[in-house]
Amino acid sequence: MTGERPTVLIQGAGVSGLVTAVTLAERGAVVTLVEAGPRIGSGASWFAGGMLAPWCEAEAAPAEVTRDSRDSLDWWAGHVPSVVSNGSLVVAPPRDLPELARFGRRTSHYETLDPAAIAALEPDLAGRFDRALFFPQEGHVDPRRALTHLEALLEAQGAMVRIGCPAPDPRDTQEYDWTVDCTGMDGRADEPSLRGVRGEMILVRCPEVTLSRPVRMLHPRIPIYIVPREDSLFMAGATMVESEDTRGITVRAMSELLNALYTLHPAFAEAEIVETNAGIRPAYPDNVPRVHREGKRITLNGMYRHGFLLSPARAKEVAHIVFGG
Amino acid sequence: MRAYDTQLASPLMLGTALYDSPTLLAESVRAANPGAITVSLRREAAGLQAGQSFWSLVRGLDVPVLPNTAGCHTVREAVTTAQMAREVFETDWIKLEVIGQGDLLQPDVFALVEAARILTDEGFKVFPYTTEDLVVAERLLRAGCEVLMPWGAPIGSGRGLNNPFGLRALRAHFPDIPMVIDAGIGRPSHAVAAFELGYDAILINTAVAKAGNPVSMARAFRQACEVGLEARAADPMDERDLAVPSTPTLGKASFGA
Repeated sequence: MTGERPTVLIQGAGVSGLVTAVTLAERGAVVTLVEAGPRIGSGASWFAGGMLAPWCEAEAAPAEVTRDSRDSLDWWAGHVPSVVSNGSLVVAPPRDLPELARFGRRTSHYETLDPAAIAALEPDLAGRFDRALFFPQEGHVDPRRALTHLEALLEAQGAMVRIGCPAPDPRDTQEYDWTVDCTGMDGRADEPSLRGVRGEMILVRCPEVTLSRPVRMLHPRIPIYIVPREDSLFMAGATMVESEDTRGITVRAMSELLNALYTLHPAFAEAEIVETNAGIRPAYPDNVPRVHREGKRITLNGMYRHGFLLSPARAKEVAHIVFGG
Repeated sequence: MRAYDTQLASPLMLGTALYDSPTLLAESVRAANPGAITVSLRREAAGLQAGQSFWSLVRGLDVPVLPNTAGCHTVREAVTTAQMAREVFETDWIKLEVIGQGDLLQPDVFALVEAARILTDEGFKVFPYTTEDLVVAERLLRAGCEVLMPWGAPIGSGRGLNNPFGLRALRAHFPDIPMVIDAGIGRPSHAVAAFELGYDAILINTAVAKAGNPVSMARAFRQACEVGLEARAADPMDERDLAVPSTPTLGKASFGA
């Protein structure tokens, strides 16, 4: 302890480590954040969509994911400037309309839009879809800007942030009251049930299209989301492959992502491909992020697709352990 | 069902793809109690190590594994994938799929027969995914297959048994060959119909994995298999064109007008 303030070493500066660090620092902990990689977000976080969509996620995630992430949008809006609270939109190409009905049956907190309402919400999609689901309480964030902002916030709070710092010797961690392991896939040696789920994404620049919110394009084989970012950039992602293969994007994934863009709006045919990437998401068998504790060591891992969505709630659980009930 | 001298514990085969999580997959497998589970190697196959986590999870389910060549479009791809599957799962069983058409995922039956011949020569026990075509079935048997897996309808379509006439003809033509309806089954009623047609087993995946409650649906399919098999063994009545009263009318009291 430093006076009454607990000292905490946080390992891993991806989304879960950064959010945990900020949360603990705000509660008064003396925080040291170390990252073995060359920069913050050097794991899966950097390739995330950044959708804050508790109700859309209910389509494929257990109810606790929705329950625990209801306040996520508020947390992000309270901490980083780039949060957009315009809701999210779900559409399907005409021949896959049954998928939209199915999505509607599995989710809640949405409105069903007709073509006029779609056009009012997203003028560039006028005339393109007969039906859409609109989830007004959702939002999105640019992951890279958000993580960078959290790092700056931490430094302003007086926390120590060390990048490119190899994992500390266990003996050195004893000088801290608590150690929090947020290392994702790098921490799998200590987490036998953790597995990697490969995801692939592309970033394109398309000044001809303007979207104000993420759009999910349903398809029986692979649901794809398209998230607008600043400077006419759009991120399309993400595949889900039960593999820890770290190669770059495959032709199949690329063609599926590009097809989704083109189906959403033909002007994407002229878009510039700015970036393609593949990352490995850490996941537990139920695909739900978890906090667990062994003595003075806390682990937050298995963020899967829910890093940005669930880090605030899970960081709160970590704080609960550190500061007592 | 008996296949290649192995008695399957249940006539239900269950695919392991498309579940929302491995936990949900494991719970569905427990509820379905299948005789075999199928697993795909193609998409996860960039080097043998990359897919190990998922594969060891599948092995841990403690159900015989029938690896498949889903997603293969050529003889060579299918043969290579089968060889890899033998290494990963230490089994000579292979569900052979060679896709010939992208929209309906129809089997390329020409490549299928060729791949089946190569693989049986190499000692594989081949479970070929085919159509209800009698001539193709004949060729597959001549290539060394001892089991046939005709489709009910295109993969993932959930349309049930699209061509009952053709499936009945296939069943009648090869009465002693173990046959599995593979693909197209969407509801337990389709499964019952498959057993009523005389098929020995069914293979399902999307119908369970993409149901609102996969575990419940897995249990429903297990029951449907039992229902279908028992009904067939009970020798169902035949259809008739005329009504036949189940209670005799002779001697019924009549109150005349």
